[in-house]
Amino acid sequence: MPKVIENVGCPYCGCSCDDVRITVSDDGKDILEVENVCAIGTEIFKHGCSKDRIRLPRMRQPDGSMKDISYEEAIDWTARHLLKAKKPLMYGFGSTNCEGQAAAARVMEIAGGMLDNCATICHGPSFLAIFDNGYPSCTLGEVKNRADVIVYWGSNPAHAHPRHMSRYSIFPRGFFTGKGQKKRTVIVIDPRFTDTANVADYHLQVKQGHDYELFNAFRMVIHGHGKDLPDEVAGIKKETILEVAEIMKNARFGTTFFGMGLTHTDGRNHNIDIAISLTRDLNKISKWTIMAMRGHYNIAGPGVVWSWTFGFPYCLDLTKQNHAHMNPGETSSVDMAMRDEVDMFINIGTDAAAHFPIPAVKQLKKHPWVTIDPSINMASEISDLHIPVCICGVDVGGIVYRMDNVPIQFRKVIEPPEGVMDDETLLNKIADRMEELKAKGEA
Amino acid sequence: MTLVQEPELFLECYSVTPDLFAGKSLAEIADLPAHEGKIQWKLGDFFKFEGKAGETAADTKIVVNGNVRRMKRFGQQMTAGEIIINSDADMYIGGWMKGGKITVKGNADSFLGIAMEGGEILIEGDAQNHVGSAYRGDWRGMSGGLIRVKGKAGNDIGTAMTGGTIIIEGDAFIHVLTHAEGGTVIIKGDVEGRVGGQMVKGDAYILGNLLYPLPGFKKVATVEKEVDGATYTFDQFIGDLGERKEKKKGEIIYGNIFLKK
Amino acid sequence: MSELLIKNGYIFDPISGIKGDKADIAIKDGKIVDKVSSKAQVIDASGKTVMSGGVDIHTHVSGPKVNTGRMMRPEDKFFRGSYRGGIIKQGKRMEMGFSIPSTYKTGYAYARMGYTFTNEAAMPPLLAPHVHEEFRDTPILDQAAMPVFGNNWFCFEYIKNKELENNAAYVAWLLNATKGIGIKVVNPGGTEAWAWGENCTTINDPVPYFDITPAEIVKGLIETNEYLGLPHSVHIHGNNLGNPGNYKDTLDTLRLAESYKAKNKFGREQVLHNTHIQFHSYKGTSWADFESGAKEIMDYVNANKNITCDIGQVTLDETTTMTADGPFEYHLNQLNHIKWANVDVELETGSGVVPYIYDKNIKVCGIQWAIGLELALYAKDLMRVHITTDHPNAGPFTRYPCVIKWLMSEKARKATLDTMKWKDKVIAASNIASMDRELGLYEIAMMTRAGPAKALGLAAIYGSLVKGADGNVAIYNLDANDLPSDPELIEAAFQNTAYTIKEGVVVVKDGEIIAEPHKYTLWTKVNMPENAQVMHDIKEKFTKNYTVNLENYAVFDEHVHNPRAIELDVA
Repeated sequence: MPKVIENVGCPYCGCSCDDVRITVSDDGKDILEVENVCAIGTEIFKHGCSKDRIRLPRMRQPDGSMKDISYEEAIDWTARHLLKAKKPLMYGFGSTNCEGQAAAARVMEIAGGMLDNCATICHGPSFLAIFDNGYPSCTLGEVKNRADVIVYWGSNPAHAHPRHMSRYSIFPRGFFTGKGQKKRTVIVIDPRFTDTANVADYHLQVKQGHDYELFNAFRMVIHGHGKDLPDEVAGIKKETILEVAEIMKNARFGTTFFGMGLTHTDGRNHNIDIAISLTRDLNKISKWTIMAMRGHYNIAGPGVVWSWTFGFPYCLDLTKQNHAHMNPGETSSVDMAMRDEVDMFINIGTDAAAHFPIPAVKQLKKHPWVTIDPSINMASEISDLHIPVCICGVDVGGIVYRMDNVPIQFRKVIEPPEGVMDDETLLNKIADRMEELKAKGEA
Repeated sequence: MTLVQEPELFLECYSVTPDLFAGKSLAEIADLPAHEGKIQWKLGDFFKFEGKAGETAADTKIVVNGNVRRMKRFGQQMTAGEIIINSDADMYIGGWMKGGKITVKGNADSFLGIAMEGGEILIEGDAQNHVGSAYRGDWRGMSGGLIRVKGKAGNDIGTAMTGGTIIIEGDAFIHVLTHAEGGTVIIKGDVEGRVGGQMVKGDAYILGNLLYPLPGFKKVATVEKEVDGATYTFDQFIGDLGERKEKKKGEIIYGNIFLKK
Repeated sequence: MSELLIKNGYIFDPISGIKGDKADIAIKDGKIVDKVSSKAQVIDASGKTVMSGGVDIHTHVSGPKVNTGRMMRPEDKFFRGSYRGGIIKQGKRMEMGFSIPSTYKTGYAYARMGYTFTNEAAMPPLLAPHVHEEFRDTPILDQAAMPVFGNNWFCFEYIKNKELENNAAYVAWLLNATKGIGIKVVNPGGTEAWAWGENCTTINDPVPYFDITPAEIVKGLIETNEYLGLPHSVHIHGNNLGNPGNYKDTLDTLRLAESYKAKNKFGREQVLHNTHIQFHSYKGTSWADFESGAKEIMDYVNANKNITCDIGQVTLDETTTMTADGPFEYHLNQLNHIKWANVDVELETGSGVVPYIYDKNIKVCGIQWAIGLELALYAKDLMRVHITTDHPNAGPFTRYPCVIKWLMSEKARKATLDTMKWKDKVIAASNIASMDRELGLYEIAMMTRAGPAKALGLAAIYGSLVKGADGNVAIYNLDANDLPSDPELIEAAFQNTAYTIKEGVVVVKDGEIIAEPHKYTLWTKVNMPENAQVMHDIKEKFTKNYTVNLENYAVFDEHVHNPRAIELDVA
């Protein structure tokens, strides 16, 4: 008899929806049906039970082909290379559970290396802004139950977080928001007329790269200097700025969601920094919060786990082994790759070969490269060693952190392919092997 | 000290300061640690040493020869004395410096003079990003001293600055004096934009063009001022009108941007 | 069968009434016993002071807002080019952070000071799994956490409708779901008001929409606590924290407990524990005429045995404030203009984080420092007044030895006063300079282990050396019969133990970590019949208002680290 499993967490985007309904075959190996989740989420579960999943580690041969090897050999190879390298880098973790991220911390502390996660190419600027300016935020349920004004600035949830608007921000009827969308004002600020802008009440088509000036203008209005505004700022007319500022000031509860439009345009962290300043200013007159639209279902995870382990959320330099150093710009993955400052690379739960700038990939490729990932991806195709692992939320459970840092407990719904390890087990074995080798003097 | 061996990666030269060299023999200096990733080396593995260290930091002058483009942290936390680097150098030159003088006869990388408290840094070439800025998260940035870059610089000049002076003789990119609560930045070339963003207090002098001025600054006067030895006529702008302001004896204190006419 | 014998130490155990007698302590299989065999490992504690492992009744060490503090403060680790607190690696993992240590540092640093149990001050129920993850990564220390109830929508409705049994059933359910230990109340009603940008600054200000007052909330929760017979009492951070003149609101809050009696089988005698009471003992109308209200507060506490408190001592450091009193943190940011983080949590609570510098050269900070010490020095029964710094709010927990030094040495207090720029103004606005009382080791033992353990209802396990208690012992390099005249040596002795022993295993020797045995998560398991109305209400709120499904809310068993339940039955 097929079995139905309810309240399953979806391992795709930062919405970390936990209401997925999975129908699993009698033998617990196949996923027959996926309900409630968006198209992207459905694909993850389907992919999870695909018969093509890699079951064994694969090692690059001199002729370029890949040969299956045992987990034990793969663990030993990785451990030895980590100990040998002067400055190895482990990067990724967009798609790993927290238990795996904690084990990775242990590995790199023993190895004396660098540890980084996808924020370094994504919401890293948000971290930098939070370091400098704080973070007045809330959980998504507060938005659902209270918010009457929503701003999406440089963010397009219609594409990147398909259920965000329906589960959390615009459409839901919460405790104090019984009329749902009808009583919410939605403002989208984006240089493009996106699908999200299409459902907004206001679309401010800001001049690309000049969001900082527009934030500055809004703040001027809040500080009582509206009359000193120029006629146009960043492509937005003064009247519009004044009108939208008025809406913000009169909100009962407003939230600004932001994404790559702010993190990846000139000024980067400063764009978010000033957004935080504006949010704080608005709290003098109204109630406002701000939230980063984290991309992956557990990309917030390493930031949370490594903050309690080391005190820093990303770009960790653990080379001294008795303390951690962090300074994005120096200790960030792409910067180090571009400068050829690392001599070994482990790509885990991500695809750096697809996402890093090509020159960075070329530099990293000069050195030993391990990919730890359930799938064949660009990174695995140029790796020296590819180690498959379980997919969190599909064949292993664990804790993940949603975009608002709320922990969601994921379940496993099918058994992993025979013999496939989960990240936590694999990484702990690599750490154990390094300790063994060190004790034997083989480091 | 002369470079005789290049590191494979980058070398952390946190031991190369007058404070740490003072009172030591050449052999002791060569034994000082330097890190390459997780490997702890000695300075003597990469450099050969000649001359004699002073008794105190103030009496110690270090001349670095060879191409140290891949060496970082020269002069960190130094309190007195002098360092001359005869090539390009990497990050953190003069970081957290309290006194003394550093000259780089080449380019400097990022985090030059980070959170500087005193002393002087001269870069004859270009600098990168984060010149005289604060460490991540610290609202207390550069508080004293002088940084002069003869070439151009990137972004984040004097972020969270509270005192001291930075002079960029070439062009700069964006974000000058962001979040500043004091200090002076002089840019003799052009600046693309974002000067004085979220500034509580501080003074920026721009002799070239400011391509994208912020709306938060409004013109109040035209004045003549002497800047780095020459006198010019400037339009004076006060702001950031979108940021909190302090009061002294009932008067609001603004930050200033002086744009050369 | 592992056995340990600690010989010849000067024992200070207020629960057993031992005031410095020389005696032996025997531990077998992790518990205190009468005697052990000749095969026992022997530690010679001659000339040393022996106490039970320390018990911290209120500290913010594990959880979301603590972690927000860590994450947003790189400069708490690395300041002006050096590492705050130095670079230490003794145990398996590195130690990072000064005012908000990493979880590993937390475990090691407490162990080095001789502590073996900490009570996490506040757990937002929705984020309970995060707290438990951090517990797993905190070595050595046994831990418990208190979920917050003072701004909880379920409690508002049940208390407003005077449905005591329903409120009790909900509380029991939530303790089970979060594996929490007791009822914490923070700024009752005010944090819900803050979700709209408002606050409740007196016990009579009604909460927007819910129309319930803080007074009603507190009384309802005290009644619930005693109806259930929980090991600990309601643990409160009252309204109007941190504002001059608030001592009146504190007395109002304390008086709410007057008609209640403690009902429990754990030896607890108080019905209300007022935490970090220093922040609530302010007289004056503004910062200009701000002065100490410690005497007024202690007159009440001394006369009322149903109250316990912990002091929340200011240590004059750069530290980080963090509390579920969301509006207070915003207010603090508006005063000091240093970065502010805030997290409002749906249906349950909120929190804020703001760095703060207690500068000895600022008059207000000097007076705050004096108030905390005065509270302890005015106390008649030190079993009811405990040492904390509301870590990290008034200072890091690594400063407890410094606090002990100030309490034990008038000379040390005077020395600190002498360093203050506005010493005369601080003296004029406080009582500290005229207080010559010096606490002894027995009183310190009351304030740092026996008293907190008894108030927590855990005295059978922790805080004492009675037979059957866990074999947790701290051995300090202090000759009780010949205390050093230099107070700095007292501080040094409490900073690093000669030995810290956890369930009979030596974990610290000469101030260094040498073992990392298992640790427990303590929680309260209330056995009571299921309440259909409450289950219905819970299902409804999860369906309509929460953004996490009910079946994913309770912490899964696999995520609770070594649970150790304190069980009780309710008919």
